[in-house]
Amino acid sequence: MYNFGTIYETTSVEDALRLKKEHPQAHFLAGGSDILIKVREGKLAGCDVINIYNLDELRGICLEEDGSILIRPLTSFTDVAMHPIIKQYIPVLGEAVNQIGGPQVRNIGTIGGNICNGVTSADSATTLKAYDAMLEISSIDGTRILPYGQFNLGPGKVDLREGELLCGIRISKESYEKTYGHYIKYAMRRAMDIATLGCSVNVTLSEDKKTVKRLRIAFGVAAPVPIRSTTAEASANGHAVNEALLEQVSVGALADVNPRTSWRASKEFRMQLVKEMAKRATKAAIEKAGGTING
Amino acid sequence: MDIIGTSLKRVDAFDKVTGKAKYTPDLIPPHALVAKVLHSTIANGWVKEFDLSEAWKVEGVVDIVTCFDVPDIQFPTAGHPWSTDPKHQDIADRKLLNARVRCYADDIAAVVAENEIAAEEAVKKIRVTYEEFTPILTMEDAMKEGAISIHEERPNNVVVKSNYEIGSFEESIKEEGLTKVVGDYETPIVSHCHIESANSFAYMESGKIVVVSSTQIPHIVRRVCSQALGLGFGDIRIIKPYIGGGFGNKQDALTEPLNAYLTTRVGGRPVVLAYTREETFACTRTRHAMKFHIESYVRKDGSFAARSIKAYSNQGAYASHAHALVANAVNGFRMMYPVGAIKSEAYTVYTNMATAGAMRAYGIPQIGFALEAHVDDIAKQTGLDPLKLRTQNMMKLGYVDPLTTITCHSTGLDECIQRGEQYLSYTKKRKEYAKQTGPIRKGVGMAIFCYKTGVYPISLETSACRMVLNQDGSLQMQIGATEIGQGADTVFAMMAAQTIGLTVDKIHVVSKQDTDVTPYDTGAYASRQTYVSGMAVKKTAESFRRKLLEFAGFMLKKDPWDLDIKENYIVHTNKNEHLLSVADVAIESCYSLTNSTHIAAEESHHCTDNTYSFGVCYTELEVDIPMCQIKILDIINIHDSGKIINHQTATGQVHGGMSMGLGYGMYEHLKFDPKTGRMLNDNLLDYKLMTAIDTPELHADFVETDDPTGPYGNKSLGEPPTIPVAPAIRNAVLNATGVAINAIPLHPERLFDAFTEAQLI
Repeated sequence: MYNFGTIYETTSVEDALRLKKEHPQAHFLAGGSDILIKVREGKLAGCDVINIYNLDELRGICLEEDGSILIRPLTSFTDVAMHPIIKQYIPVLGEAVNQIGGPQVRNIGTIGGNICNGVTSADSATTLKAYDAMLEISSIDGTRILPYGQFNLGPGKVDLREGELLCGIRISKESYEKTYGHYIKYAMRRAMDIATLGCSVNVTLSEDKKTVKRLRIAFGVAAPVPIRSTTAEASANGHAVNEALLEQVSVGALADVNPRTSWRASKEFRMQLVKEMAKRATKAAIEKAGGTING
Repeated sequence: MDIIGTSLKRVDAFDKVTGKAKYTPDLIPPHALVAKVLHSTIANGWVKEFDLSEAWKVEGVVDIVTCFDVPDIQFPTAGHPWSTDPKHQDIADRKLLNARVRCYADDIAAVVAENEIAAEEAVKKIRVTYEEFTPILTMEDAMKEGAISIHEERPNNVVVKSNYEIGSFEESIKEEGLTKVVGDYETPIVSHCHIESANSFAYMESGKIVVVSSTQIPHIVRRVCSQALGLGFGDIRIIKPYIGGGFGNKQDALTEPLNAYLTTRVGGRPVVLAYTREETFACTRTRHAMKFHIESYVRKDGSFAARSIKAYSNQGAYASHAHALVANAVNGFRMMYPVGAIKSEAYTVYTNMATAGAMRAYGIPQIGFALEAHVDDIAKQTGLDPLKLRTQNMMKLGYVDPLTTITCHSTGLDECIQRGEQYLSYTKKRKEYAKQTGPIRKGVGMAIFCYKTGVYPISLETSACRMVLNQDGSLQMQIGATEIGQGADTVFAMMAAQTIGLTVDKIHVVSKQDTDVTPYDTGAYASRQTYVSGMAVKKTAESFRRKLLEFAGFMLKKDPWDLDIKENYIVHTNKNEHLLSVADVAIESCYSLTNSTHIAAEESHHCTDNTYSFGVCYTELEVDIPMCQIKILDIINIHDSGKIINHQTATGQVHGGMSMGLGYGMYEHLKFDPKTGRMLNDNLLDYKLMTAIDTPELHADFVETDDPTGPYGNKSLGEPPTIPVAPAIRNAVLNATGVAINAIPLHPERLFDAFTEAQLI
């Protein structure tokens, strides 16, 4: 038995935004895999919700005319993972969301919900951060575009203002073209778990595969919000593809992260994981891009 | 035809997979009320007063009961057979609700309401005033001079202390040339994680209190409810439908006594008391955390001259099964290697932690980890071969335990060890892997165990069975022994069919126990049922068979002694020609105009024997040192459980036990806030039970002995598979990395600490 207040059903995005303006206290309900838990725990007991789950206009993935990939927020993790556009252009995103929870959660949970929930452990967040995703955020008064890098304000807090709803996640062609990524989720078990640490790396190599043209690396659970390691990226860009590169990325990552000790894991242990996973994810991304470390 | 030893399909398989099987929540009558318990938010202190005014205002609240309202009766909850000797009775140390708060989330009040939301609302609105003491969360703190008494009956917080000594330890260690090996080992608090949480519903009918409950022990729960409420045994009726697992947690009275009381408060209306997963973790029972200090004195030839153990068992807030667990552990320490002098000192200590109780293999996984880790430590320190050390010192055929008189009537342990060695090439690989360098290394490890079959002579062993013939030659079989998912109904049906001479489809097992009509049995625990209750089934089947043959003899005008039953037909002894079908006998016996008689049999078995089962686990694994992860490459359990009644269900039981052992060794442990004593990971996200994808391919094999004391040559199998897995993993990590880790689980953070200390990372 779940303790809800009023449930508002919607028929269109406009309808949903109007309802949100009229009932600012109500929560948008997408897949519900986060909200239902909070209702059961009592944190949101008795809350009002605006159900947007049936709004198919917010669901799906397409390749736009300018070559950018638009992911609509209600797309389930399963659909992200299985989608041919994702498989072809950003397979790492599919691989990342395929490690969330179990099959049932991946069928109901949505990628928009994952990032709007604002937790540092969100499995889609690191890869979207590492690909410089842009967010399209709408209210009844209009739409604004925000780099995902600026979206997280603090643990569980995101830059969604009163009356706003995330309506699109966009990755530009320049961001994914000739770019290869790898995600490592480190958890205490291989399914039904939240990350102890997440690391998503993507690289673009020179024509001869000997030099890094661009490397982007993001971590989850290494700070209060998902973060990019700019130090690691700066030291990698233009660097030759070799063992020293992995060391540079690892050292750079350690300089930027700030994990905390909780009863789930200590800071020291998470630092060890940052050090090792930065190397392993970078190496794997380079290999996917056709480079070799000891070549 | 032999039915015993085949892989017969479970008799409950179709009902369970199609959803027809009924569990407690499926049977809740319409309009039942819902109860919720208010749990304390302190771990140690007193409830001074309640303010119920806001709670009463919640719409739908029917009753609120506090610790100041319940009967002033302390009762025991452990699922042991009752002892009529007061000295051996379980410790009665709790009331239905308690003003003296002894752990975080202790039960202090309850609300009965028209629905769950109202009950939850009202519980939240109860205001409590406490007198608060500092929580005592460790055994060391509990045993300190001047520590606050958690129970006034045990002022120093030691529930029980026990000692034994075989031979003279002090004299034996004076021998020349002994190597002394010392080790300290520690096991965690873990949870049973049965699928169906603790739940029951209670109502009144015909002047009785009826409790329908998910329990392993209906007859014992009836006794506990009667004691808790101060009523007669006959005033209580317990009904046990199918249950979704128990693993020992439901070998305790959990929700039943309080629920029996709540229904009396609301005029006998049905009341549901269903614990959430969080409550099942925090407010039922756990596995005892234990600490062991072991000292061994070993001769050059590897024989043990003397060993000593000090064992400490963290009981938590209430006695439950109390000292029985650590007593079993230190007995296991002696029995496994019963050579040389042996000295033991064991303590069970109250703390303000979650209450510990029975859990699969009852103290032996704890000692199994410590002892088998220690044997590999001996091997490492002395350079002796781990297999030789074990075979040389372990229990042999004919062993009579000096303290319990339990006798080794059969053993296939030596063959189990050899078969495992051949399966894994353990000795060869162990040498090979000892010299590795680099970040990723392999290792092999093994461990052995022995396990009793039932609880005689420590406790009573008794069981009864009833069979009633139908007119078509089939029968209903009722047993007090319970099906808890382990396959008991199936093996009992096989035993009955085998002994009577029927095919299994003629045996209708009445799976549900109802204490008003079901014959007595203490229930599912101690891996006792195939051995103890199996004998009751065998005796009843023999008696039933005699009665059938007597009537067949009357019909055929032949001496019943010349007749036999084979596959549903009456035949001449040693011949196969069908004289009559059992169905012919059955219908005539019921409707005979001259001689009608309703064939039924009921026998009870008072068991005065016991025997040991044995087994090994071998594993090969890979350790990723920088990532602090273990990957199991191969794992096998090989068991001597006597004759295997049903190979398929036995294999399933071994797989399940290995899974639990892998969790114990690598994943599972309950965490508590060190300041408040609150359980932190009381849910299946944060409590790392393995998932299917984490589970390696599990291998099971059997060395079949024929135990002369078992009804069909069989010995215990239910609990044992979980015992040897954790130490085998630990020993394999030692082989791989040279790092001896003396506490489980070997989860990543423990590996991180150990590898950091060993300067491997």
